[in-house]
This record gives sequence, C-alpha cells and structure tokens, in this order.
Amino acid sequence: MQLLAIISGKGGTGKTSLAASFMALAPLAVGADCDVDAANLSLLLSPREEEVEDFVAGKKPAVDLARCQRCGRCQEVCRWQAIKTGEVNLIRCEGCGVCSHVCPQEAISMQDEISGQWFVSATEYGPLVHARLRPGAGNSGKLVTVVRKRAQELALSSASQWVIIDGPPGNGCPVMATLSGVKAALVVTEPSQSGLHDLGRVLDLCHQLQVRPYVCINRHDLSSHFTEIILAWCHQQDVTTLGKIPYDTRLFDSVVAGNVPVLTSDSPGALAIIELWGQLEDRLTKEG
Amino acid sequence: MKLAVASGKGGTGKTMIAVSLALSLAQKRSVAFIDADVEAPNAHLFLKPQGLGSERVSMRVPEVDSQLCNGCGTCADLCAYNALAVIKGQVLLFTELCHGCGGCTLLCPHSAMVEVSRVIGVIERGSAGTMEFCHGRLNVGEVLSPLIINELKTHAPSRHAVVVIDAPPGTSCPMVEAVSGCDVCLLVTEPTPFGQHDLEAAVEVTRSLGIKTGVVVNRCDQGDDRVYQYCRREGLPILAQFPFSRRLAQALSGGIPAWEGLKGWRHAFTALGEQVLKMESEDTASCNY
Repeated sequence: MQLLAIISGKGGTGKTSLAASFMALAPLAVGADCDVDAANLSLLLSPREEEVEDFVAGKKPAVDLARCQRCGRCQEVCRWQAIKTGEVNLIRCEGCGVCSHVCPQEAISMQDEISGQWFVSATEYGPLVHARLRPGAGNSGKLVTVVRKRAQELALSSASQWVIIDGPPGNGCPVMATLSGVKAALVVTEPSQSGLHDLGRVLDLCHQLQVRPYVCINRHDLSSHFTEIILAWCHQQDVTTLGKIPYDTRLFDSVVAGNVPVLTSDSPGALAIIELWGQLEDRLTKEG
Repeated sequence: MKLAVASGKGGTGKTMIAVSLALSLAQKRSVAFIDADVEAPNAHLFLKPQGLGSERVSMRVPEVDSQLCNGCGTCADLCAYNALAVIKGQVLLFTELCHGCGGCTLLCPHSAMVEVSRVIGVIERGSAGTMEFCHGRLNVGEVLSPLIINELKTHAPSRHAVVVIDAPPGTSCPMVEAVSGCDVCLLVTEPTPFGQHDLEAAVEVTRSLGIKTGVVVNRCDQGDDRVYQYCRREGLPILAQFPFSRRLAQALSGGIPAWEGLKGWRHAFTALGEQVLKMESEDTASCNY
C-alpha cells in the first residue's frame, strides 16, 4: 500500500481536482479528504455514505450554576479568557480543563464535545473517508488523523494499492496531521511569487517530517516566467518536479458540473493530469 | 472599522482583494493592514512593506525540575493534549503538543514544574506607503497559528480609521481567531460547487460571531449561478463581482496589486470600499436585506 498526500501551502492551487482525478486513474484506491474544514473531494465523487461516526474533539466545561459561588477562581486560571462567573465562551475555550480542576465547589465538569462527523462512503472509484468539522470548531488536526487512519485501515483490509490523500492548505496543525506516517507528497503550486513563497515553506515542512516531495505546477501558462523560476529553484534545491498542467477552462467546467476533471474531456489539462499520474505511479512504485 | 477578508476555500483571491481594497481605502483614510494568514503570508509580496522590525512570539511551556519531581503522574493525567507522559517515574514532555494552558505547573503537588518560554514564530511591522503593515509567520513545524494571529490583533494599531485583516483560509480555529471582533467580514468565493460549499461554512462562522457579512464573487464569469441563488436565499449582499482576467493573473504573479496593475479595476475597488463603509454604518437588520 502506498500513501500519496496532495498538499500545497497556498490554497486554491487545484489539490482537490487532482485528488479526484487520481482516484479515478489509480487501479485500486482509497480516498481520504483531510481538508476537513473545507471538505470538497466528496463533491466530485458522488459518495454513498455507509458509515457515519460522531467526532469528539475533546471536552468542554459545563458549569453547575447551583453550586457555583462566583468566586472567580476559574477566570483567574483560564489563559484563553473563556470563562467568567459561570459562563463559558465555547469558541475561546481550548478544553484544557484547568478550570474544572481548580473550582473549589467542584461546580465545573468536563463533557465530551461533538464537533463534527466523519464518514466512510462508497464511490465509483473506491472507498472514500471524509469528514465535516462544525464550522468554527477547533482541533481539526485530530479529525484529520481519524480520517487518515481510517483510510489506511480500509486500504489494508481491502488490499488497495493506493491511499490518495487530499490535504489542507497551509503548513500548520492539520497539514502536519495529514503528513504523519506519509512518505511521499505531491506539492501543487502555481507560477507566482505567492506560489513560490508558500512552496518554500511547505517543502521545509516536508524536509522536517521526512516526507519526499514531488512538485507540480498548475496553470503554468499563466506565467511562463515564474514557471521557469520555480523549476530552476526546485532544481537547485534538489526537489523533483514532475508535471506542468496548463490553464484549461474545461477542467474547470467539469468541476462546476460536479465531475472528476480528468474523465470528462481529452483537453490539454486532462492529458497533463493523466501524464502526471503515470509519472507518480512510476516513481512511487520504484522509490517506495 | 475592523474589516476581515476571509473565505472557506483557499485560493479564491482573499489577498488580491484585501490588498487592493486597503489601497483604495487608504486614498482618503488612515489604514492598517494585518496579514493574519501566518502559515502562508503573502500580502507583503504585493504591498512591499519598508522598515520591517521583527518581534518573536513565544508561548509558555512547562519544564520539569527533576530534583522535586517524584513521578506521581498528576501532570500527565490532567494534560488534555497528551503533551506529558510519565514513564518509569520520568516525565516526558512533548512540547509541540502543548497548548500552554499552565495546568500542570499550577497543579503539580510537588511544585516541580516551572514555565519557560518557547518561540513559535515572529511578527514583523513596518509601513507600506501611507499604510501601517504587519504580518506574522508561524515557524515551520509549529501548530499554534491562532496564538500568533491573536498577538497580531492584540497589538493592532488602534488609531487608524480602518484595519484590514487578510484572514487564513478554512473555517477552523485560525480563521475564527482572525475574524472574531471584526465589524464587517467580506467572504470571497467563486461560483463553483467548492466555492459555495465552503462559503456556507464560513457564513455559519461569521453569523455565530455576530459579524456583518458581505460576499465578493471572484472569477464570476467561470461557473454557474448556484452561489448567487444561495446568497439570495440567505439574504447575503453581494458587494462585488470580479471576472477572470489573464492580465490580472500575470500582474498578480509578479506581485503587482490589481489596484496598480489594472487601472480599469480601480473604480471597482473604490466602489467596493464605499459599499463596505456603508455596510458598517448600517444597523444589522438592514444589512440582511
């Protein structure tokens, strides 16, 4: 079984379109949508939900106002300014539980907080594990870990060859949770200063976590100048570049129609994705 | 006015819009710009701030005094983040998991823990033209971006008429930290199923925080009309629409803001600025058309 994470640093570079396309191109694949606060992979794969589970992110305090003497001890110790005379601000609260430990009246209890759900669904191209984090909820890294682990289990039990992971943007907590235990990542960038800047940061993270990156440039023809700069920079950093995908409105049209981009046309963009997958398959099979 | 520019989905054009909107507002007002996307900060590439001074951002993490610790395990039991473990009477610290709640130090029965500070990123401040500019950068390998965003906002200059905050993508803690306390939030979307899906989640956040919300549809010529239907159903005002432009994409790729690169777009940003100011001054009820 081979895990491939698709990440980017900068958002909106085309991770999800590529992940859906690879699901369709890989012979035996399990999908994992690890971008849990903007979970879009399922929108292209018409999933049929087979398992639904609540996600417990952690615990949040509940105050028994009959016991509370308004002494203010909880407010003193809380570092998030999340509790005040018996009232909890659930958005600010980090769930550390220190308030409940210090309350002299034992008026505060910590209770499970359900902050989303995760699903195992069947799709035409293999099983998909995906999730929905309640908007505004924290601890997305923990939900990412649940999704990735469940996809790995499914791949093992179904003898799937591939786990295709659609990652979140950035390089913080949910990206690190996505990459844990992953050996290879496709880093999707775009030809601009912003693309290059964020690529540099996410490659540093790959290096720290010992993940082998492969870089691909999406919409390369929007700036051939920056495409050249990024290619040269990657070469200098000894990072493998695998593919260039042109700006192609037909890929876009298929996303708007809710279809897997690579399946609906033989446009230049679709052909470039097919070629990219071929190269990845080849590399990952050889390099492990 | 504190104005956040956010989006559920990444790459919809938050920075492009925040930068040019700030430049348009700065024509007549004093403006501060905060780039709160501390994982992928890009606004400086367009605003090219000068005279940047940098400050470290740190958090408090525990350290164990092995002379005083008897390995009782109280700290590990109460840590909600699994940042502490006690194995064979020895405390193991996983500082990268620590949220800095201070519980272990406070509650250790032998007072065997002290807090030390650990650097997790930097904040840089400078000026961009007439604007005050600041952004933060989370060190690679660190996870607590909300802490740096909080720091950026806590020390935000207050003497400006307008503070523009370029928020990180998503709808979880970093985005919540960036938009909370703002008077108005612009949500940038695109007319695709992804754009709409993530817009809906972002609207849930801004509404739960009681922030006046307006929508900007970027690449409005590429997609269908479902996002417009959604906004109409929800009573969300669409304050601007921008078409895809290859010329704009090329200007942006080289770090030239739309405001400077495409003269024709100036009046669109001026109009958007006026809409936002009008929205701020209206009471909440009339905003939800």
